[in-house]
Amino acid sequence: MWLSVRLATATTVVLLVIGIPIAYWIVFSPRRWKFLVEAIVALPLVLPPTVLGFYVLIAIGPLSPIGRLYARIAGHGLPFTFQGLLIASVLYSLPFAVQPFSTEFASVDRRLLEASWTLGVSRADTFRRVVLPLSVRGLITGIVLSFAHTLGEFGVVLMVGGNLPGTTRTVSISIYDAVQSLDYRSASRTSLLLLIVSFVILTSTYALQRSAWVKPRH
Amino acid sequence: MGQAATLSVHARSTFASGFVVAPDFDVHLESGSLLVLFGPSGAGKTTMLRQLAGLERPDAGRIGCNGAVWFDADRGTWVPPQQRRIGVVFQEATLFPHLSVAANIAYGVGNGGAASADTLRLLGIDHLSDRLPRTLSGGEAQRVALARALAPNPRLLLLDEPFASLDAPTRLRLRHDVRGLLTRTGTPAILVTHDRAETMAIGDRVAVVIDGRVRQLGPVTDVFSRPVDATVAAAVGVEAVLPARIAGSADGVLAVTVGETMIEVAEREPMAVGSDVFACIRAEDVTIETQRPAHASARNHLAARVVAITSEGPLERVSLDCGFPLDALITRQSRQALQLAAGSAVTAAIKAASVHLVARGW
Repeated sequence: MWLSVRLATATTVVLLVIGIPIAYWIVFSPRRWKFLVEAIVALPLVLPPTVLGFYVLIAIGPLSPIGRLYARIAGHGLPFTFQGLLIASVLYSLPFAVQPFSTEFASVDRRLLEASWTLGVSRADTFRRVVLPLSVRGLITGIVLSFAHTLGEFGVVLMVGGNLPGTTRTVSISIYDAVQSLDYRSASRTSLLLLIVSFVILTSTYALQRSAWVKPRH
Repeated sequence: MGQAATLSVHARSTFASGFVVAPDFDVHLESGSLLVLFGPSGAGKTTMLRQLAGLERPDAGRIGCNGAVWFDADRGTWVPPQQRRIGVVFQEATLFPHLSVAANIAYGVGNGGAASADTLRLLGIDHLSDRLPRTLSGGEAQRVALARALAPNPRLLLLDEPFASLDAPTRLRLRHDVRGLLTRTGTPAILVTHDRAETMAIGDRVAVVIDGRVRQLGPVTDVFSRPVDATVAAAVGVEAVLPARIAGSADGVLAVTVGETMIEVAEREPMAVGSDVFACIRAEDVTIETQRPAHASARNHLAARVVAITSEGPLERVSLDCGFPLDALITRQSRQALQLAAGSAVTAAIKAASVHLVARGW
């Protein structure tokens, strides 16, 4: 369980760091072909986790330039490590962060941005001082969904991480293991735990969104 | 203190619909003076303002301010809104909803000046500092937006129908305060409106915008009294607009001085004695007499001289000089009966009820 939480937390932090710029670009870029990026970001929603996991495994494996470069620097390969798992998780949960972020960014009244620009404030600072504070709701949603989604992921982990106790054996894998070895007691205990944790996270988020911060619009 | 601004605007934006907005004018705005972009809805006024603000990049042409080039299509020059030092107030107050009034006003203030306490007092918003925008009335919000736009000490203030969404009394008060503020800060301004009375109330000069172009630009009285063509005339309404002052009031009749001449005007709404107004007189309401009739319903009989006579279809436009310029429209028959020619001495008669007064905003 602890490993799952660690993976989910790390994934969420990485998604916050790379998801905000990606969402910003999708919303504010004038490029015509940005639908392409949107589609790529959304791919994990429809792709079987095994397919995604397979490609990640190939991409970070010893046969790819990225995998070789990493192995040269770190001294060991990425597959079947926590870092490898993290990369796969980030890709897998990307749409769960980027979509709520971009939806919320796009809903900020464009005239507020123009007002800010005419007041001499740069586009980047306008984003920081106006768009981000007005997108708190979407940011929370994205963070929670990424966290919960990573907590429960299975296929990608199995493909990329394997099943190494303490390194890559996450909650969902351990449930699978337990069922395989007919240890239903252990499986039901862990399942119930995951169910409760996920439920509590989601309920508190939705409750928070209802009461707090109703964004004023005119 | 704001400085005068010289604008050179020769740009063209073509929209997907085929609509073209192509302002083509040079104008020097004195410190504290106000140019109105006046025209019907959809004429392209707001687009012109956005081109000036740097929020709309034209496809062709050139825009300059005080010698600096803001946009030049041929050389690929584009100065973004951040570097133009302009203040903009939009039709809807676009206050940042998550910031207090004070934080909104201070938002654009870098190391340069701050909104003076004077400005806040003049706008009557010095007590609102801690409030959030959603708790403000429409008029208050628009006042805060004005203070915010003026706080970084812009070289030019752009106002896009800032009074349009307010109720009438609020609009009149704010209009008056804006005028006072411009004079006080010396900031030149450009105001977009489709409201004729508003144009006369606070404009120094007016640019008539029709179908994406500036058709006439000049002092308000000139443009409204002497539109250059029929299209402009239709947009501004056909009547003489004369600067005047209320000299006295008695029994529902106002004594109004136009230049050196005193006329009597029916009082439709209360006007303070001593206040400046525009007296508007339609040419159809001016009749011409060669001798003073014994009994007349018209209250005003002004000695006048015929300056010129031009034919307008079945009617003749007689330009008169009666201490101030005034046109009369008469039929060809009556012109012949009166034996009018340039130089003739006549009497111009105007009913007290057919003069209408527009209060000036300051």
